Amino acid sequence: MDVAYLIATVVKIVIILLVFSALAGFGTYFERKVLAFMQRRLGPMYVGPYGLLQIAADGIKLFTKEDIIPANVVKPIFKIAPVITAATAFMAAAAIPFMPSFTIGGYEVKPIVSDINVGLLYIFGVMGVGLYGPLLGGMASANKWSIISAARSAAVFISYEVVTGLSILAPVMMVGSLSLIDFNNWQIENGWIVMYQPLAFILFWIAAFAETGRTPFHLVANDHEIIDGFGTEYSGMRWGLFFIGEYANMFFISFVIPLIFLGGFGEGTFVDGLLFFGKMAFFFFFFLWTRAAWPDVRPDQLMWLCWKVLMPLAVINVVITGIVMM
Amino acid sequence: MAQQPNRLRPFFENISYEREDNELVVNFGPQHPSAHGQLRLMLHLQQEQIVKAHPDIGYLHRGMEKMAENMIYNEFMPTTDRMDYIASSSNNYGFALAVEKLIGLEVPRRAKVIRMMILEINRLMSHLFWLATTALDIGAMTIFLYAFREREYLMDIMEGYCGARLTHAAIRIGGVPLDIQPDFLEQLRTFLGKLPQNIKDYEDLLDENRIWRMRMEGVGYISKEMALSWGCTGPMLRASGVAWDIRKEEPYELYDEVEFRVPWSDKGDNFARYRIYMEEMRESAKILYQCIDMYEKCVRDGETELMAHAPKYISAPKLDIMTQNYSLMQHFVLVTQGMRPPVGEVYVPTESPKGELGYYINSQGGPYPYRLKLRAPSFWHTGILTDLLPGHYIPDVVSIIGTTNIVFGEVDR
Repeated sequence: MDVAYLIATVVKIVIILLVFSALAGFGTYFERKVLAFMQRRLGPMYVGPYGLLQIAADGIKLFTKEDIIPANVVKPIFKIAPVITAATAFMAAAAIPFMPSFTIGGYEVKPIVSDINVGLLYIFGVMGVGLYGPLLGGMASANKWSIISAARSAAVFISYEVVTGLSILAPVMMVGSLSLIDFNNWQIENGWIVMYQPLAFILFWIAAFAETGRTPFHLVANDHEIIDGFGTEYSGMRWGLFFIGEYANMFFISFVIPLIFLGGFGEGTFVDGLLFFGKMAFFFFFFLWTRAAWPDVRPDQLMWLCWKVLMPLAVINVVITGIVMM
Repeated sequence: MAQQPNRLRPFFENISYEREDNELVVNFGPQHPSAHGQLRLMLHLQQEQIVKAHPDIGYLHRGMEKMAENMIYNEFMPTTDRMDYIASSSNNYGFALAVEKLIGLEVPRRAKVIRMMILEINRLMSHLFWLATTALDIGAMTIFLYAFREREYLMDIMEGYCGARLTHAAIRIGGVPLDIQPDFLEQLRTFLGKLPQNIKDYEDLLDENRIWRMRMEGVGYISKEMALSWGCTGPMLRASGVAWDIRKEEPYELYDEVEFRVPWSDKGDNFARYRIYMEEMRESAKILYQCIDMYEKCVRDGETELMAHAPKYISAPKLDIMTQNYSLMQHFVLVTQGMRPPVGEVYVPTESPKGELGYYINSQGGPYPYRLKLRAPSFWHTGILTDLLPGHYIPDVVSIIGTTNIVFGEVDR
């Protein structure tokens, strides 16, 4: 294997890990600030200028907190569950092109760890594996609220993977590839997919809320109902890993939606790149916006929405796309 | 569902926690984030559905009724604050009114108007707090902070009046201790001017919100019969089709002189209760406007008395105590030994923000009540959870506890 390729890949992996761990931290800061401004208050203000060092303070707190492992838990599973959540979130990033490729010193850098030909399938597969974090963590915790949360997470993730998969199927049929770079190139020629597939776009967007467990579908760790769900018995950095996983997932989904539906980074010029980050920021902001605006639904209503509304719509969408393409 | 007082309820010690079925028994509280204080619910779950629910109370029990038997009447007043601490003046008032009935005191008009203003401010505070916490429990956290800001204005007004924000002790047996501060009316007017827009803001966020409606409509249905048999009062009863408001039925203070409507509904679900709370806020604002006019009329008519004149029971005004020997002696006796109401018993209901708040006092002629019993609305609304919760899901437990508006200071006393 080419040594340069190996080095480049390792460097990319390290950069993605560092950048997105930091971003996940900043995600909490953004969330607090955005919510605060929508709720007529200031949010974090005391640690550093405008509370910017709040993340550092939180990080120090999480790292130095005692790692409590309750008496009756299944220890190996309890310990590994948060790692699954965080690891799968970052693994999914391997097939996401974050920027257009550019050249440094005659060496072409592709800002994607691996442009595999089953990119999308890989992303959703790995994100699906992320289910095991809450599920195993909840079941191993020896806490009834965690068990309920584990059951909910299984139901929610599995149901909404159906919607995600089916809604993405129609664009995949149009593009004829699973690689996100191919998606990007197809959209340069033919225009944004959202114009052809508005329904798929909305379905995917709704499903993204369920996949990341954000507010209208904030069920898996809903602190008003089931305390902290699977995270009830966790403390310190183990709990922090769940948190990083959740926010990293939000960021990755915010990258994937514009890549699939909104033209991605287009031609790869500087303006296109800025626009791409703008789109990403909008979707991330939208996650926070909904949290400020909406209450949560009930799990049975979420299931109703999935199986009786979204899934039939997705199937119809696929069928219509197929007919039109024939 | 009829109430069955003879039905055997198992002691919690005898419940077997591990059985060969699908039932999961969980403790909802006393440390649960949405348990509204110290409520403990034993929930038997079939997956997420509740099969059986036992409310368990007593985690905040302080023996206040017994404490009252060892205190002179005036001494007990600040203790009543700690019952329904969300609207503490309504407790003060219920107690003061009961003692006044027992003695047969007539309170001066100006004091009555001030008391009414304080009561309605407390009602608004309580309803805003209700809206905030219920919305937060359902996940609408923005409403929580919006409603708390308005409540903050009211707390500032109350702080200006009595110096306290939560436990006011702002009412005395026989009247009120102080006249309102000079800028009270102005602050109140400013607040009332903003309130309709604020209420509209909340309604804009919630009324047409489909998720809010999905969570509230048809959830926690209480039929008229059920509400009556469980002793529901206040908004809980009015949402189930009984337009019963003690301010209208047995008017106390000057409630027969003010114009207001009793909002009611026959839907009986969470959403009906939510609507009633919102409407009641508007009615309270209406009453407050009329109180402001009444107060200004009192000022014009030169009515300055704030405490009833009854030398046997109530101390004379400070000026008299400082200048007249007899008043001073009397004040000394009333402070050291306490007033001695005549032998008799009395039950006085008042419409607190949460429902019928009634004080029963049995006096044997001594300075201490022989027996004092509080009929707290929240206690009965906690009881109904037994019949109300089965069949609902865990998230509904949260919203139902929210709309019953139970406060544990009042339930456990």
